[in-house]
Amino acid sequence: MNASDIGEAVRRLAREVADRARTAGAADSLAIVGIRRGGVHLAARLRAELTRLLGHEPPVGTLDIALYRDDLSARGAAPVVGPTDIRFPVQGTTILLVDDVLYTGRTVRAALDELVDFGRPRRVWLAVLVDRGGRELPIAADFAGATLAVADGQDVQVKLREEGAAEDAVVVTGRKP
Amino acid sequence: MIGRHKHCIALEDFSREELLQVLDLAVSMKEVLRRPIKKVPSLRGKSVVNLFFEASTRTRSSFEIAAKVLSADALNWTSASSSVTKGETLIDTARNLEAMRPDVLVIRHSASGAPRLVAEHVGCSVVSAGDGAHEHPSQGLLDCFTVRERLGTLEGKTLAIVGDVSHSRVARSDLHAFPKLGARVRLCGPPTMMPAGVERMGCTVHHDLRGALEGADAVIMLRIQHERIGDPLIPTTREYSKLWGLNAKKAADWLKPGALVLHPGPINRGVELAPEVADGPFSVILDQVENGVAVRMAILYLLAGGEPAEAKA
Repeated sequence: MNASDIGEAVRRLAREVADRARTAGAADSLAIVGIRRGGVHLAARLRAELTRLLGHEPPVGTLDIALYRDDLSARGAAPVVGPTDIRFPVQGTTILLVDDVLYTGRTVRAALDELVDFGRPRRVWLAVLVDRGGRELPIAADFAGATLAVADGQDVQVKLREEGAAEDAVVVTGRKP
Repeated sequence: MIGRHKHCIALEDFSREELLQVLDLAVSMKEVLRRPIKKVPSLRGKSVVNLFFEASTRTRSSFEIAAKVLSADALNWTSASSSVTKGETLIDTARNLEAMRPDVLVIRHSASGAPRLVAEHVGCSVVSAGDGAHEHPSQGLLDCFTVRERLGTLEGKTLAIVGDVSHSRVARSDLHAFPKLGARVRLCGPPTMMPAGVERMGCTVHHDLRGALEGADAVIMLRIQHERIGDPLIPTTREYSKLWGLNAKKAADWLKPGALVLHPGPINRGVELAPEVADGPFSVILDQVENGVAVRMAILYLLAGGEPAEAKA
């Protein structure tokens, strides 16, 4: 995916989210939460689009799931823990959880566990830029910018300008087995 | 692992980067403590044994809460109610507790070097919660955290440590940590309580409280231990308080605006620190207690949390 594909995908995701939020009567209680680190900038972009579409600015937060991982082993260094920042009451809101790539589903599982420790949302939707398949848990995206068939062992990298990339791109690296 | 260390025994061993690893992680841990549900599952199934051969309320409860917030199981073991009273040796006690498969042993002991000795005989990680007059690493880290949080940085800041430096493990840990993070350290106290040649650790020594406090960004008032009083080191608490204690007038006249007053606790109110100062605007003593939990969570997480088995999203 190139920069214009990504721009189009984000705008389309925002339109779909706005439509569904209006249908569900959740336009006023929508809040956006980006999963660190890949989801944070996408959450900000979606928020900008949604502000235009809904006519008000939904609150935005950040989750770092390192403390909720299920794959800590006994050896080596513990994963780096970044800041989690949720300053709005989660209780009763409709949360749009945002990540860049959906793969095994384990990150989303951890994010859901962490999110409910902040309160009981009315509902949670998941938006991702790329769904690459390969799920290991019964988790699905409500909104996906693109669905790519990527083999196990290959890597999907989302490069965004906010992180210092020259231009937005989604790159698949590694060879198909 | 904290950098290259499996144990947390002395801040002398830690590099600047390793100290920053703990302090930066503690910022995230403090956020967890402020949540409505103060519990994260990261150390689920791990256990932490608190092995205390010396009295402590603050440090032991702090390690216990830190373990519990991270979902580890915490077992508290105090020597008064144990087989030590029946003559069991330190290493036997530690080995027996280790056979119960803890992931971290937290040890406080009156003998300097006890945690290091235990670390050589057990397979799990060992954290010192204070050993004799050697070091109290988690206290040193929480002092750094508290001052850094309030002042934004330690770079170029001046810290004064006042009191019985000779017998203070807190002072020793602070002396090993603050300079690595860019702060200058002044020591101040009665000459009888100042170790000879301590300037070699990269600090300056003052025998006049006013001079030590002038322009300081933070001051750590050390606890004066009752057993030292009447000892030739200091004749009376009244004299100590007059010369080295911090009261409201001295704080107002000598401290610069916005300076921080720290104390490792428990405070001898009216001896090293007047109640009006301990509870006054300069004081960050209760911040230290809260930050202590965050810093200990960071230590336990780094030592007992492992590396991810795989790095998939």
